[in-house]
Amino acid sequence: MFAPGTAVRVKDDWPETRGPVHIRTPHYLRGMQGTVVRHLGSFRNPEDLAFARPAPLRALYHVRFDQPSVWHEGRAGDELQVEIYEHWLEPL
Amino acid sequence: MNIVETDGERLLLALRGVLAAKGIASAAEIAERIAITDSASPGQGARMVAKAWTDPAYRTRLLEDGSKAAEELGIPMRGMPPLGVLENTAELHNLVVCTLCSCYPRAVLGYPPFWYKSAAYRARAVRDPRGLLAEEWGTVLPEGVRLRVVDSTADYRWMVLPQRPAGTEGWDEARLASIVREGDMIGVTIPKAG
Repeated sequence: MFAPGTAVRVKDDWPETRGPVHIRTPHYLRGMQGTVVRHLGSFRNPEDLAFARPAPLRALYHVRFDQPSVWHEGRAGDELQVEIYEHWLEPL
Repeated sequence: MNIVETDGERLLLALRGVLAAKGIASAAEIAERIAITDSASPGQGARMVAKAWTDPAYRTRLLEDGSKAAEELGIPMRGMPPLGVLENTAELHNLVVCTLCSCYPRAVLGYPPFWYKSAAYRARAVRDPRGLLAEEWGTVLPEGVRLRVVDSTADYRWMVLPQRPAGTEGWDEARLASIVREGDMIGVTIPKAG
């Protein structure tokens, strides 16, 4: 479990290049660094649910990213806040 | 071609029949769900916002657990994804988007507006949110207000609790609710006194 305030990185992984998938992690955040805001709860892994496979509960986090760092443009201080599953996050 | 008996209609009938036969969902349960979906509208979210503006204890409960706060006002939330509420303040403005598809707090805002699902809105909301707000809605945030774009990617649904506009002092809940528009609760617009 990640505590609020933990610095994390979204895995720079592209499972869609390896076969059919259903992924709730947006492209633009792969490999990006963010900060855990809070644990939102645990939900059945949608990546399995989409294919009617047994879906284990996975922790879902609200993670905050610095918006200009992601896009190399924008207003300093603006943020992106996105739901990311624990198996997509690695501690920094 | 008989446009009353389409393939889609036959497929729907067959699916409903299988769901009933397997005991997954009865005709009555499906009818109830359709009625709940059709009755949802931005007016429900507006009632929640107006109550939060006039009742500080409700505002606290709303920010803590949007689903419970909706149910408190008689809005059916059973079977719906959990609802989170994002509070706009003098320092922070929230904007909601779903870049992956069209996740939207339907239980409290009804069907999403057409532009919410457009590729243009979804792409620009995360990359150039200030340009999007200014050029498409004429919404320019006051100097010093930070923008937080909430990309609704997974199991939660999000609505914005806007700031109560100046000039509404002494208004009752019904009058306050009447000025809250769907865009105010997505974060593309800001409510005004009239």
